[in-house]
Order: sequence, then C-alpha cells, then structure tokens
Amino acid sequence: MASSIQETPVSRRLKNVKHIIIVCSGKGGVGKSSVSTQLALSLRGSSPTNKVGILDIDLTGPSIPRMLGLDGHPVHQSSDGWVPVYADGEERRLCCMSVGFLLKKKEDSVVWRGPKKNGMIRQFLSDVRWGDLDYLVIDTPPGTSDEHLSLLEHLAPVHSKLSAVIVTTPQAVALLDAMKCLSFTRATNLPVLGLIENMSGYVCPCCGEVSNVFSTGGGEEMAKREGLKFLGSLPVDTELVTLLDAAEGDHSSNAGVDESTKGFGLWERYQKTPTAPLFSKIVEKIEVPLRAES
Amino acid sequence: MIAVQQASAPPDPLSVPTNAPEHCPGTESDLAGKADACAGCPNQEVCASGKAKGPDPALPFVTERMASVKRKILILSGKGGVGKSTFTAQLGWAFAADDDLQTGIMDVDICGPSIPTIFGIASEQVHSSSSGWSPVYVQDNLGVMSVGFMLPSSKDAVMWRGPKKNGLISQFLKDVDWGTLDYLLVDTPPGTSDEHLSIVSYLKESGIDGAVVITTPQEVALQDVRREIDFCRKVGIKVIGLVENMSGFVCPNCKNETQIFKPSTGGGRRLAEDMGVEFLGAVPLDPRIGKSADYGISFLDEYPDSPATTAYLDIIEKIKYQLGD
Ligand SMILES: Nc1ncnc2c1ncn2[C@@H]1O[C@H](COP(=O)(O)OP(=O)(O)OP(=O)(O)O)[C@@H](O)[C@H]1O
Ligand SMILES: Nc1ncnc2c1ncn2[C@@H]1O[C@H](COP(=O)(O)OP(=O)(O)OP(=O)(O)O)[C@@H](O)[C@H]1O
Ligand code: SF4
Ligand SMILES: [Mg+2]
Ligand SMILES: [Mg+2]
Repeated sequence: MASSIQETPVSRRLKNVKHIIIVCSGKGGVGKSSVSTQLALSLRGSSPTNKVGILDIDLTGPSIPRMLGLDGHPVHQSSDGWVPVYADGEERRLCCMSVGFLLKKKEDSVVWRGPKKNGMIRQFLSDVRWGDLDYLVIDTPPGTSDEHLSLLEHLAPVHSKLSAVIVTTPQAVALLDAMKCLSFTRATNLPVLGLIENMSGYVCPCCGEVSNVFSTGGGEEMAKREGLKFLGSLPVDTELVTLLDAAEGDHSSNAGVDESTKGFGLWERYQKTPTAPLFSKIVEKIEVPLRAES
Repeated sequence: MIAVQQASAPPDPLSVPTNAPEHCPGTESDLAGKADACAGCPNQEVCASGKAKGPDPALPFVTERMASVKRKILILSGKGGVGKSTFTAQLGWAFAADDDLQTGIMDVDICGPSIPTIFGIASEQVHSSSSGWSPVYVQDNLGVMSVGFMLPSSKDAVMWRGPKKNGLISQFLKDVDWGTLDYLLVDTPPGTSDEHLSIVSYLKESGIDGAVVITTPQEVALQDVRREIDFCRKVGIKVIGLVENMSGFVCPNCKNETQIFKPSTGGGRRLAEDMGVEFLGAVPLDPRIGKSADYGISFLDEYPDSPATTAYLDIIEKIKYQLGD
C-alpha cells in the first residue's frame, strides 16, 4: 500500500470529502445496500447543509440506483470528470455513482476479472466530480476480495478519513461471515464505527405477533464479544422493502423546481417507514465520534 | 488411479496473495509476459515463454477427474443471501436420501463459505492422500469440499484476489478425490465474478448440465438475477430453471400469510416468463429453515410435513425431470 502522505489522483479528488464510511458485511443479502442508502439519506437529513455522496462498488450486482429511484439515469461527462447522479433534484446534497448507470440494458451482466474491477474502482474514486462532501458512503459487494482490496488500496492515501460499518443478520451463517469481515477490517487497519443487526424480528401485520424469521440477538452478542459498538437492530420492515424496490417516480422530481421546493420525495416516504426513527438513532451514534474527530 | 498434478498439501489461504499486477493483460493474451505491467510480475517468465497461453494446464486433469461425474449442476444467483447455499444443501440431502446415488457438493464461495456450517461439519479438516484431497463426508454417499475446511479458524478472512481463487477452484476440480459421482452440485458466491468464470471455463470441456438460479421475490433481487441469466447465456450454460425462495411467510400465531419481500414487479414467476426460463417453484419463508442451517441439520428430514419441504421436493423432482433423470 502507498504511504499515507503520498498524493494521488484519488487523494486529490477526495481532498474535500470529510469522512468516508465503508459499509460491509461478508455475507450476501444482509442489507448492505439498504443500510448504505438509509445511511446516506439520514446523514443528508441530519443537517440542512450536509452533503453526502454514495459510491456503489458492487460492480456485478449494483443495487443503489434502484434503491434511490435513479434506475436508468445516464452519467454525464464534464471537463472535470464524470458528474455523479443527484438524487434530490435542485438541492444537490445527495449524489451517487454506480456501475448501474453505465450499463446499456438492465439485464446486462458485468463479467470482469480483478484487474478490470480495480480500474473501475480507481476511476470511480479519481474521475468522479465528488466535490465537497461531508460524507462519502461506500456500498460494497459481499466477500473480502478484489473490490475490497482495490478500494482500500486506492483509499490508502486518505486512510485517516476512513471508517467502516458492519452489517449482519442474526443467523449463525451470517455472523460467521461478519466475523470474517471484521478480521478483514483488522487486517487492513480500518476503524470500525460499529455493527448493525438487520432483519431482526418481524411483527405480523395481522396479529402483532413477533416472529424471529431470521433469528435475533446474534449481532448484539457478537458486538459485545468483539468489543465493537453495537449501533442497533433493525426489524424486518416490509414497507422498507417496497420503498427501496420501487422507489420510482423520483425521476420527475429531479426536473421540476416545483417538486424540489416541496422536498425530496424519497426522503419523505422513507421517514414514514417504521425503520426510519430507529435508523436515525443509529446515525446519531455514527455521527458523534466522527464529529468529534473533525 | 487418477494422476494428481502436483499432489500438494492444501494451500494456506492466509498466505500473502499472489497478485498479478493491475494491468495484467491476462495470461492467455498475446501480451502475456510482455506487457508493461508484466515487469516485475512473478509470473513473467512463464507467461513470456507462452507456456501459460492456451488452455489452462490444469484443464486435462480436471477433465480426467470429471469423467467419473455424471451430472454437474451449478446453483447460481446474482443476488446475495437469497438462499443459494441452503438450496444446494437441500438438493444434496434429497439426492443422498437415495442410497444408490453418490452426490458431491463443491463450495466455490471462497470468501464466505456457508456449506460446512449448513451441513454441521464446520470443524472438519481436509485430508490428502495419494489420490488427492478427500472430501468431508456427511454420510457415505454425500461428500463435501469447501475452503472452510482449510482455514485455521472460521474467523479468518480469505482476502484473495481472483487468480488465487481461480487456483483453488482448479484444485477442487482436479485434486479432490471425488470418486464416482451421480451428481456434483456447485454452490457459488453471489454475482458474476472470477469464481463463476473459473468454474465455467474449467468445466467447459467436461460439460455443465445446467444451472439452477435462485431468487427472492423483490425487484432488488430480480434485477441481479436477470444479469445472472444473461451471464449464463453469454457463457453457454443451460438454465434448468428458476426457484423463488422466501416467498411468503405464514405467521405461526394467526396463520395468515404475508409477503415480506413483496414481489413488486411480479416476482420470480414473471421474471421466468420474461426471460424464457422454466419456473421451478416457490419456497416459503420458514424460520425453521434458517435454524436448521445454523444447527447443521437437514430441514427435509426434520420437518417432512412442512409446506417448505413439499415445495423443495417438488422442485427437486422438476430438476430431475429437466435433466432427464
Ligand atoms: N430491515 C429490513 N427489513 C426487510 N427487508 C430488508 C431490510 N433490510 C434490507 N431488506 C431487503 O432485503 C434485500 C437485501 O438487502 P440489500 O440488497 O440491501 O442487501 P445486500 O447486503 O446489499 O445484498 P448483496 O450482498 O446482494 O449486495 C433487499 O430487497 C432489501 O430491501
Ligand atoms: N426459505 C427460507 N426461509 C427462511 N430462511 C431461509 C430460507 N432460505 C434460506 N434461509 C436463510 O437465509 C439466509 C441466507 O441463505 P443462504 O446462506 O443459503 O443464502 P446464499 O444465497 O447462499 O447467501 P450468500 O450470497 O451469502 O452465499 C440463511 O441464514 C438461511 O438459513
Ligand atoms: S507476466 Fe503474466 S501474469 Fe504477470 S502481468 Fe504479465 S501476463 Fe499477467
Ligand atoms: Mg448490495
Ligand atoms: Mg451462500
């Protein structure tokens, strides 16, 4: 890895980014992308001036465009690099970059070996006009492989800005991979802000009975055992699934000034989900140590 | 006896990765060993000599080993956490219920191997003998191979780049003493990455009988599954069919069914129609499936009367039918 004082195109580009938060898990499907999306939305919402970027380095399974309701948006090139896609219209406080924006058809598969992935990630960090950001949230694919190694390699010059959030679900098979992810952060000296236990318990909408559809409590236990901050548990929330699945109709709000004065549709709909108030507590726990730092 | 190419000890997955440099043109490229990037690469000599060019030297060994494997089936999904490993295990258990069938399970999810846990054999180790590495046997007719058996501790992260994963997969195919198998089931990681490319290229010559693609009902999963089916088409793998997992949850208290992962765009059934693949069936979300996986016991044996078991067995029948078995 490069020494931390060295200037690189990446460090130059990220000079005005205050904090970089990497969301990772080891296990697939535990909610990295949905946590990244919620984290970006909530950090943006936590102050009227916060500017947040979200970078999706899941190159073979990008979910962020869909979750932000930006599916099918093109990326424009400017003299100063790629312009990220803005999710909140005129306000321009939430921007996003993903390989999903670069695909011609929605069913196109991206079949790349490591070196090509590495090149793409470097470009995402060095060639995108991120501008001034309070937070850059990075959504990662499952595992601890090419994407992760490349990401950390390219971010080495800005290592002091980095931290990670680990997401897990409560089952043993997920915790096992979360442990691997934690080992990864330790091996790479990546400070961990804490752990989120996702999909912990489900309230039956008919009778109110709580079922632990994917078990419960495992994440909190792991956090305690490993000396990690436990950021909180999030229940299974069907409204959230639907929101992130079909977050469409926002394309229109990007165009109209009218819409943007009314606010940011996705954010407003998100705040109505049962998860939003729980997540804002998590964001507080994340922001406090970061604010103290800067 | 089958010759083992470099009958070596299982590699230590924690050793420093042998990275080809970022701009490696690929060992099969005309530039192999000669590109600017090759300067300083440990493989430069081999690459420049052209020995690495053309088919992978492991290929004939793989083909020889695979000659005694009747059916090779991949379990795939672009999306993570949809239940690939769980489904692979059910398929394995169901096949192995027939005493006359020999089944092997190969876990090529190198960074997140779940198969050892799901079969309750996570503490096992791989042993090597003159005929290769022995799979770990769940029962006489069900052998398993996974990187999980090679790690000093389950906590260890396998921080490998593509070439190293590729190397291990080739070893799983050529150095594992699978014996004579009726079915080899390959559990894959999510996505369309090195693991997938490797398994497909190594098995090209031996022939892959097909892939079972798993999804969950919501669009965020389906969009990745579309890409996976596109991948199968690109590399010429037959899609046996699509399984929708976690589709609907019956509350144990009020018995009402709710959709946790709502099929906002028509779910697996619609996707199968749109993409012209067989819809094999839907498995409900049942917390006992997750629990069985965590405890390493067979859900099918433990809960033979559950709707999920019926769904699994029905799907497995359809898979056999599709294969002509
Ligand atoms: N708390 C929750 N309740 C219900 N569903 C959830 C919750 N969190 C995430 N989901 C849903 O679960 C699915 C998987 O989540 P997500 O895509 O965020 O996982 P991931 O870890 O990014 O997956 P991958 O490994 O494939 O990248 C999505 O459809 C998402 O909407
Ligand atoms: N039908 C089901 N009902 C309830 N839980 C299930 C069901 N199918 C799978 N699970 C559970 O969901 C989790 C994810 O399943 P599994 O590990 O098989 O997914 P995967 O696709 O192999 O994930 P990865 O992408 O990480 O390899 C596991 O805890 C598993 O036990
Ligand atoms: S020497 Fe071979 S492996 Fe190394 S960079 Fe060149 S082609 Fe790639
Ligand atoms: Mg994701
Ligand atoms: Mg798996």
